[in-house]
Amino acid sequence: MLYREAGDFKTSYVADSQTFPIKFDRYGYYFILGFAFLVMPLIINDYWANSIVVPFLIYTIAALGLNILIGYCGQLSLGTGAFMAVGAYASYKLMTAYPDFNIVFVIILAGFVTSAVGVLFGLPSLRIKGFYLAVATLAAQFFLIWLFTRQPWFYNYSPTGMISAPTREVFGVAVTGPRASAVSMYMICLCFLVSLAWLARNLTRGTLGRQWMAIRDMDIAAEIIGVNPLMAKLTAFAVSSFFVGISGALLFTVYLGAAEAGEAFGIDKSFLVLFMVIIGGLGSIFGAFAGAAFLIVGPVLLKLLLVNTLGWPTDLAAHLEIMIIGALIIVFLIVEPHGIAALWRTIKEKLRLWPFPY
Amino acid sequence: MPDNLLFAMEATLNGLTAGVMYALVALGFVLIFKASGIFNFAQGVLALFAALTLVGFQSGQIPFAHLINVIFGTRIHHFGWNMPTVLAIPATVLVMILLAILVERFILKHLVNQEPIILFMATIGLAYFLEGVGDIMWGAEVKALDVGLPKGMSGAVDDMTFAWFGYGFYIDRLELWAAGIAAILVASLTIFSQYTKQGRALRAVADDHQAALSVGISLRFIWVLTWSIAGIVALVAGIMWGSKSGVQFSLSLIALKALPVLILGGFTSIPGAIVGGLIIGVGEKLFDFYMQPIIGGATENWFAYMLALVFLLFRPQGLFGERIIERV
Repeated sequence: MLYREAGDFKTSYVADSQTFPIKFDRYGYYFILGFAFLVMPLIINDYWANSIVVPFLIYTIAALGLNILIGYCGQLSLGTGAFMAVGAYASYKLMTAYPDFNIVFVIILAGFVTSAVGVLFGLPSLRIKGFYLAVATLAAQFFLIWLFTRQPWFYNYSPTGMISAPTREVFGVAVTGPRASAVSMYMICLCFLVSLAWLARNLTRGTLGRQWMAIRDMDIAAEIIGVNPLMAKLTAFAVSSFFVGISGALLFTVYLGAAEAGEAFGIDKSFLVLFMVIIGGLGSIFGAFAGAAFLIVGPVLLKLLLVNTLGWPTDLAAHLEIMIIGALIIVFLIVEPHGIAALWRTIKEKLRLWPFPY
Repeated sequence: MPDNLLFAMEATLNGLTAGVMYALVALGFVLIFKASGIFNFAQGVLALFAALTLVGFQSGQIPFAHLINVIFGTRIHHFGWNMPTVLAIPATVLVMILLAILVERFILKHLVNQEPIILFMATIGLAYFLEGVGDIMWGAEVKALDVGLPKGMSGAVDDMTFAWFGYGFYIDRLELWAAGIAAILVASLTIFSQYTKQGRALRAVADDHQAALSVGISLRFIWVLTWSIAGIVALVAGIMWGSKSGVQFSLSLIALKALPVLILGGFTSIPGAIVGGLIIGVGEKLFDFYMQPIIGGATENWFAYMLALVFLLFRPQGLFGERIIERV
């Protein structure tokens, strides 16, 4: 039988606790990994890389980060855009200050910088929660964006107020700047995404992840059974901001190349990533992928359909797009509050029993 | 009197009038939060939508004209008449009530008993949806809104302050009107909730949903009622902001500032919304006035949120809010 646990004998604890317990899933996962690393680089072109694949990879990282904070630890944040900006500006300052430093380390360091900022703005979460915390993160959003647009040190006193990424190479191949090819952009984002997704999956099923979930489900009860809320909440903010910072650094260095804080990392970015998490599924790694894919590919398809096929003006299509996204959020919250990931889970449950109903 | 002090006083006065505007938006939030425990993120977009609809009615725009033109290849845009303001405002009120009924019918009814955070996110979805609908219905360009309110510098204030200090303060007449209208609004809302049957039912629902249900109060009707009132408050706020700076998307961003106002005033208190609005308004004007030479301008963008953040650390329930007690 195709999709069964039966016959797949686990002989060790390691094998028993693996992420994909069903053989079919496991091979599917290996197949996707192999496809992403070996086949995609051969067939990817500029259009695909720029409009779908690279944004999808980058936003998935951001969605993973926000999902850790909201979905696993239950702390609502509306400051994702600003934390992405911290990653972007940190990478910019590091790149310009230390030109010989490898870009991979620059991006990782930018993640750590964002992590520190995230912890700082996460401190209020120890006293407040829910929408109160949402307002606290809004403070981060507006304050940081103001800082990056008004304090010239952050954009190296450039007259336009923009930051732009110089060319940097990994193994002799340009990954940032104008010379970067679609394949190299794709590969660096993919490597970051795969390692971060692996990290997220293993963090969330370990001690730390269970502490986060205990805090999410009921913080007072969690405190009573011995979870330290200070540590749990601050680590959630730190890890989440690390992911978001890396995503912001990649968005700026690899994808955009040049950015201005208010425009590239405004509050609409915060909402975009939040919607990815909601539509994809709160508290699910797969959900981050599904949500990012949905909100990156959806608008592209809609635009193809309305503007290119039906010949509608672009502004009308854009308005229709926000309307549809808003309606989808409501529909998802009503019909399936746990998002696409929950739908997928239901399908898998059904598949395991197929052809029997139960 | 030293000039600096005079300027600071003028900034304070301007802050007070700006604060009234924030308080107007915050009022709508408080109403919905009290009656249904929902933190309505869409309040700002509601104000934008109301203002757009009002302008649309006044100038006789055909709703969805752009969409209809694109689909059917027609070239319609206006009915060719102008609706007088006295007719356009009641018509907009009707639209807002209709919207309240639709929101209850299609969203709230299905989300009963969900966690507050889910409801909050649903209102973010609603905000996006309404923004899209507003743009498609009436077009996205900036529109001027004129309902016949006086504008420009208030001569009386200028003369009076000139007589006192030898320096005339600049106060917009529109903002004085806004303060008056806000006062009337708060007074009538208080009377409504204290002395009418529906108002009492509203307070009962706010106190305890289940107890209210068990004494025969229709929860669904009360929700429609509160959303309608919030819609009307949004219309008032939309008119005020719209006449001041034109009807445009930034209106819904201004509404985000109502959030720190609420944190300061407490989520459940109508006087709190007013006081919070005034504190934020004065605070950001004075902060900008004194700090501009040191750290640069445009601090209004974040000052309110930072103030709220600091405030939250010391008094999470706000100035007038009810104390939050948590149990396992």
